[in-house]
Amino acid sequence: MELGVYSFGDVQRDTDGALGSTAQAQRNLLEAIRLADEVGLDYFGIGEHHTHEMPASAATVVLGAAASVTKNIILGSAVTVLSTDDPVRVYQQFATLDALSNGRAEITAGRGSSTESFPLFGHSLNDYDDLYAEKLDLLLKLNETPRITWEGRFRPALDDALVVPRPDRGHLPIWLATGGNPNSTVRAAVAGLPISYAIIGGPAERFGPLADLYRRAVEQVAHPNAQTRISVASPGFVGNDAQAAKDLWWKHYHEAFRALGEIRGFPAPQRAGFDRDANGGGALFVGSPEEIAERIVALHGVMGHDRHFFQMDLGQLPQKDFLGAIELLGTKVKPLVDAALAEKAPTSETV
Amino acid sequence: MTDIKVIGILGAGRVGTALARRALAAGYEVRIASARAPSEIALMMDFVAPGAVPATTEQVIAESDMVLLALPLSKYRSLRPEAFAGKIAVDAMNYWPQTDGVLPEFEGAPVSSEVVADHLAGARLLRAFNHLGYHELDAEARPAGDPGRRALAIAGDDAAARADLAVVIDRMGFDPVDAGPLAQARAFAIGTPLFGAPLGRVEMQEALAGQQAA
Ligand SMILES: NC(=O)c1ccc[n+]([C@@H]2O[C@H](COP(=O)([O-])OP(=O)(O)OC[C@H]3O[C@@H](n4cnc5c(N)ncnc54)[C@H](OP(=O)(O)O)[C@@H]3O)[C@@H](O)[C@H]2O)c1
Repeated sequence: MELGVYSFGDVQRDTDGALGSTAQAQRNLLEAIRLADEVGLDYFGIGEHHTHEMPASAATVVLGAAASVTKNIILGSAVTVLSTDDPVRVYQQFATLDALSNGRAEITAGRGSSTESFPLFGHSLNDYDDLYAEKLDLLLKLNETPRITWEGRFRPALDDALVVPRPDRGHLPIWLATGGNPNSTVRAAVAGLPISYAIIGGPAERFGPLADLYRRAVEQVAHPNAQTRISVASPGFVGNDAQAAKDLWWKHYHEAFRALGEIRGFPAPQRAGFDRDANGGGALFVGSPEEIAERIVALHGVMGHDRHFFQMDLGQLPQKDFLGAIELLGTKVKPLVDAALAEKAPTSETV
Repeated sequence: MTDIKVIGILGAGRVGTALARRALAAGYEVRIASARAPSEIALMMDFVAPGAVPATTEQVIAESDMVLLALPLSKYRSLRPEAFAGKIAVDAMNYWPQTDGVLPEFEGAPVSSEVVADHLAGARLLRAFNHLGYHELDAEARPAGDPGRRALAIAGDDAAARADLAVVIDRMGFDPVDAGPLAQARAFAIGTPLFGAPLGRVEMQEALAGQQAA
């Protein structure tokens, strides 16, 4: 099982309590990715956002810098808001990242959890579904061939256009992200693409039937070049002491969702709901290394996922706490998960 | 009072499939339609709501005693009003300009269901299921009498239809709370303290009274 982290580039609070520097947030991201690589984590994803609180608007630039100071970690988007970007540009940037990182770049395309990029880039939310479908189609075609002839509604036509650089390994992994609409699961399976489930509230195991649906649909379609993998993205935080980790993270989680709720018209989260989701089978993976390892393994029993990665820096979590949690995820949680899964699935030699 | 046996659901997304699971668990027959052909959602339903029968939109409306609307709000105009004549239709749709885009007819409308009701003139239109997250439909259903049972509000101008939906909601695992005529749905709209709040029956009644007085 691959473990990792994702971030929207959470800013810090200044000493006077005001929201801090959006430039510093980019440097903090780079520091976090470097540490994640050092402690043996497998994946770091940056999710495109365009707000003061979450200013990770140009993920590939940060990932490109990370490529030169890391060795093994996979560098990806979580997610690229494809609907409001140009697939040609997205492909070029990630193919460049792939070149600089020696084959460690991945794209995760999704609708994204926020919609600031629509007015920013002059798109209408009323075209949401059509934009996403058209741009995904183009992105997937670009991954197949360097020369492309293509026509659509939202971008000028391409007539035998050359799109470079090309990844040395022939193609880039392109994942589809979904928040639980079952049709997205079918869509990924039919396209032969790996799928990334964002599980951000309620019981995590409710995604078990979707993972089963994905595998079954893949079987039925039997796509020739299928890259069928499943990942899970969920909020999470690791601290040495379970209760202290929950208490600390609750403050920041509350702050993040209180602020978001104010914009979107839903109430601030309550501690009781947080505690329900942050314990047992809930979607918030917050606790001690042992607890988080156990919960990842339990969810693996239901979903059989290949990768699990966590959004830790939310609501102006101090950078030192973010780094501490990354370190524990790599040094403590990962060995526990590896050991537990090795025990659960003995290889043919050991049977 | 109508004897509800078959529940129809338009929209097979997050909300539609969660409603299908609750209705099946409550012992109803379920018909469900999406924007695609029934054959295209059959596999999906086998996994996410086994037992729900995929059908066309027309079939769902014609064959059901009550129709739950769980499609993106922007698609409400695709519904043919004639098909709904005399039907109980339950609007679970919300207006979220931040994700749906701006829909001019809903701008400034205190209750989005009133716009839907105008379009589906002839339907016995109710508003319910809109004030909780789809995953809570699965996670928070409880047997009657459970102290942690969550309340769901119902608004609509047809009192008999409200009573029919109350029976369905109760069997689905929630305490129905009658909020009265459709205009009262503003008391549990987006941005009100009730929206998204996990309230029991008494708390919900008090909160509704507070909102309605305000
Ligand atoms: N998500 C929540 O927690 C929540 C809670 C309360 C209320 N709501 C409201 O419930 C509604 C549905 O939300 P959702 O999250 O379930 O959306 P969703 O996951 O995107 O699902 C929408 C469903 O509607 C179907 N559809 C689209 N056009 C249709 C048409 N003309 N006829 C029949 N079906 C059609 C889609 O079919 P295809 O898959 O074939 O495109 C899809 O199955 C929205 O109005 C939302 O505001 C959502």
